[in-house]
Amino acid sequence: MHELSICLALLDQVQSVAREHSATRVERIVLRIGPLSGVEAPLLENAYPLAAAGTIAENAQLNIEVAPVVIRCRDCSAESEVAPNRLICGSCGGFRTNLVSGDELLLAHLELSLPDDKEPTTGIPEHPGV
Amino acid sequence: MCDTCGCSITPGNEHLVRADGKHAKTKDGRAAVTVLRNLLSENDHQASHNRDHFDTHGVLTINLMSSPGAGKTSLLESTIRALIGEFSIAVVEGDLETENDAKRIRAQGVDAVQITTGSACHLDAHMVHDALHRLDLDGIDILFIENVGNLVCPASFDLGQHRNITLLSVPEGDDKPAKYPVMFRAADLVLMTKSDLLPYLTEFSPKRAESQLRHLATEVPFLRITTRNDDGISPWLDWLRTEVAEQRGRCDRGESAHPAIQPDGAHIHSHDHGKLTKTRGMTI
Repeated sequence: MHELSICLALLDQVQSVAREHSATRVERIVLRIGPLSGVEAPLLENAYPLAAAGTIAENAQLNIEVAPVVIRCRDCSAESEVAPNRLICGSCGGFRTNLVSGDELLLAHLELSLPDDKEPTTGIPEHPGV
Repeated sequence: MCDTCGCSITPGNEHLVRADGKHAKTKDGRAAVTVLRNLLSENDHQASHNRDHFDTHGVLTINLMSSPGAGKTSLLESTIRALIGEFSIAVVEGDLETENDAKRIRAQGVDAVQITTGSACHLDAHMVHDALHRLDLDGIDILFIENVGNLVCPASFDLGQHRNITLLSVPEGDDKPAKYPVMFRAADLVLMTKSDLLPYLTEFSPKRAESQLRHLATEVPFLRITTRNDDGISPWLDWLRTEVAEQRGRCDRGESAHPAIQPDGAHIHSHDHGKLTKTRGMTI
């Protein structure tokens, strides 16, 4: 339901990183999302083309890695992969657990096309307008 | 500064991550940039400013969340009546349309600002910030933010509040925590409202509701309340009094508080990206 808002926030960040790198196009976007973030990956994928239309990331491939829900028990220290509505230790059955993974809502990484310059890696980079 | 995230790219090192630089590059020659930034970092940044603003004024800010019709506005009306003369209260109301709720609150003699979100299903930190321009926080002890009635989206957006309250009304059924784990996991307090209806809705088991809440690895209080009799909300009023006292103590010590949702998980994701990517829910 709020996936369009999330997409707009994502695009703000993607455009900002693309600008920092003077990219000409954003080719690929990788997100890492856990079920407990409250964001549904398929809805985000549907909302993305609407939000990205007309931006530098319009044709980017959007890949969403769904993070597993993993908890660590505060009593017996066991780690378990569990369902989002059952954060119970798989080993001792206790509910005093901490979430290790599963609520991420991260822009993990981007692949960008950069201007075709032949800048030597050891040379002084050009940074107009900085 | 962080070594792996986009926030550390500066004019001085940018060439390293460009094509032919010694940082990552894909097979087909694209520059690969690791970012690891929370998608809602812009919202969280604004929320952090809102929280600073509340702390400067010594205000305890409480975000009320529930499905539509669970009794948020009725609870606020009763709370204001019970605490009049004891605390000074103001309210921010969030709804898709109408000023109805703000009018109900103003009728109790306190300031209320209505945010109408149009089609948006939740409040975000920027909307709350704009509402704060229409509200004088001087002398206010408690600011309630009544979020849009929705058990899904509001849980994902930090507004700058100190505590999250989730209401679960008896007519909704006792399995709501299992159906909406994100929302109930975000709560610092769960209020079982309309408890006066328990004798009529015998299929609702408070024990089962609480058990499903505990399955979300949360130890927050689960209080039964009703606004239909004189002392029906006393456990909630006691909780509020304690929270106001704690907020005053924190303000005196120059400290603040976030909703206490799973600090460990939040810490793992926050990395060290500075304030901009402060992850929701860390207790400081």
